[in-house]
Amino acid sequence: MGIQSADGPGFFTSKLERAIGWARKYSIFVYPFVTACCGMEYMSVASGHYDIDRFGAGLPRFSPRQSDVLFVVGTVSHKIAPILRRVYDQMCEPKWVVAFGVCTCTGGFYDNYATVQGIDTILPVDVYIPGCPPRPEAVLDGLMKLQNKIENQKQFT
Amino acid sequence: MSSVAIGRETKNMLLNVGPSHPAMHGVIRLITELEGEKVIKVEAEIGYLHRAFEKSAENSSWTQVIPYTDRLNYVSPLINNFGYCGAVEKLLGIETTERCKYIRVIMAEVSRLTDHLTCIAASAMELGAMTAFLYLMKAREYLYEIVEEVTGARLTISYGRIGGVKGDLPDGVAERLEGALGNTEKEILEVDKLLTRNRIFVDRTRDVGVLTEGDAISYGITGPMLRSTGVNYDVRKIFPYEVYDRMEFEVPRGERGDNYDRYLVRMEEMRQSIRIIRQAMRDMPGGPINVDSEGKVMTSFDLVDQAKLGHTAGLVDIISTVEPTLEGMERPYHSRVMPDNKRVVLPSKGDTYGNIEGLMNHFKLIMDYHGIRPPIGDTYHAVEGANGELGFYIVSDGKDRPYRVRVRPPCFFAMAGLHKMLEGYMVADIISTFGSINMIAGELDR
Repeated sequence: MGIQSADGPGFFTSKLERAIGWARKYSIFVYPFVTACCGMEYMSVASGHYDIDRFGAGLPRFSPRQSDVLFVVGTVSHKIAPILRRVYDQMCEPKWVVAFGVCTCTGGFYDNYATVQGIDTILPVDVYIPGCPPRPEAVLDGLMKLQNKIENQKQFT
Repeated sequence: MSSVAIGRETKNMLLNVGPSHPAMHGVIRLITELEGEKVIKVEAEIGYLHRAFEKSAENSSWTQVIPYTDRLNYVSPLINNFGYCGAVEKLLGIETTERCKYIRVIMAEVSRLTDHLTCIAASAMELGAMTAFLYLMKAREYLYEIVEEVTGARLTISYGRIGGVKGDLPDGVAERLEGALGNTEKEILEVDKLLTRNRIFVDRTRDVGVLTEGDAISYGITGPMLRSTGVNYDVRKIFPYEVYDRMEFEVPRGERGDNYDRYLVRMEEMRQSIRIIRQAMRDMPGGPINVDSEGKVMTSFDLVDQAKLGHTAGLVDIISTVEPTLEGMERPYHSRVMPDNKRVVLPSKGDTYGNIEGLMNHFKLIMDYHGIRPPIGDTYHAVEGANGELGFYIVSDGKDRPYRVRVRPPCFFAMAGLHKMLEGYMVADIISTFGSINMIAGELDR
């Protein structure tokens, strides 16, 4: 955006950045890339009892073109890894990735020939939520950390 | 396959459904051939969630396999646990205690409830019935609270042990379980009102995805899918295990084998599960144990201190309390749910932390290359999983780790017969039919 002065961001830009950050933080469109067990906990988080809607992330979009945050939920095997990468590549900027569950963080206890040892080997990850599967409270905590990150990052690149 | 229409040649369309498709429950790819909106040919590609369960099992001790079994059918992990433990017990030739059998029945039925709730919720949501999804998830949450209270975890519970279960039921769980069942019943009734006579739902499911009796049997399909075609086959009735032969319950059956029948069978099975749980809670042996009697309760730390001072006389008879996270694992509780077999069963936590015999026994079972050693041989043990017959074929070469653990996952056979249910119907029916199969990738791909 062309409203920056020569000596750093001006008054309007910084105000605008904060306003956009605030808005983006509460309008997260999630792409749940659900593969395994963690999907059960994702369903719990998404439905009434824990209610992800309180954080503005209640509406899952199953098209990568319409989503902002990629939730990788469950074990990623070597067979599904190229598809995950393709989904990520199809998403529009700005985009964020959440590694949901320990399998996506490190491979978890599937330390074997079939499993990708952490999705950060194939895509950049913003928030890691460990647990096998993580409790819904842990997921909401991770989501709040992501919101902080979205709010405080530079909105214009 | 091509036909001529007004001088122009038309071709069938190939369409990939999945692997990343919201209705494909995670990871399966259907390669469909379409003529207009009609499905001509379907091929299912599986293996996107292969996690090497069987290979990992060969590299773990017999007990270490249990956490892997949780993640086979992650919607009903307790049934998998008990299926595997039952197979190893059969190989070892040991019998679990009476109370343990009842606990297994209760927890397995709770798991079946959560599975059917999830299946109906997901398939209803895919047909647009979001309300039904939210109600059923609410019901599942009540049951997860009970599961968490009993096992310590919501989903991946590892509650089964070879010879028994992790610990006894906590105090006062009976009332809370009854409360949860009452709430679940209410939600099921509500969803029944919403879906069963709903015109849209019936139109999408009635006479769609029909599976004939002969096809179901020849593909080896079991569980609610087989019963929806009218076959009376339920492992709990035909080959009763645990204490199912003492329970009174009916095996619901359908007539047409379509999606609607599968939905009805699942709904009725949930009611029967609740019935079984109530009977088992009523008949379960073993009343409350008053561990505080005679002032002989000590913490495990005090026991260790006394032993260090040499005051060992009579220490073995003293009941010790252990920390709250190990609740239900003190000796009196432990002896109710675990058989007296030092070669297989871990000692109670009070004994492990309280006396040297218990500690040695613990380590002999835990250490690598010691552990449980079933005799050389093989066995097959099947339980009625939520999707059908869940079997474990295990082979032992007399060592401390399995030579082979083969799972018979019920979904696998349903996937083999999938094309029978999809071909000839519309594209939109794929979603409805696939939802009613309740494919679980964890056990399908292992």
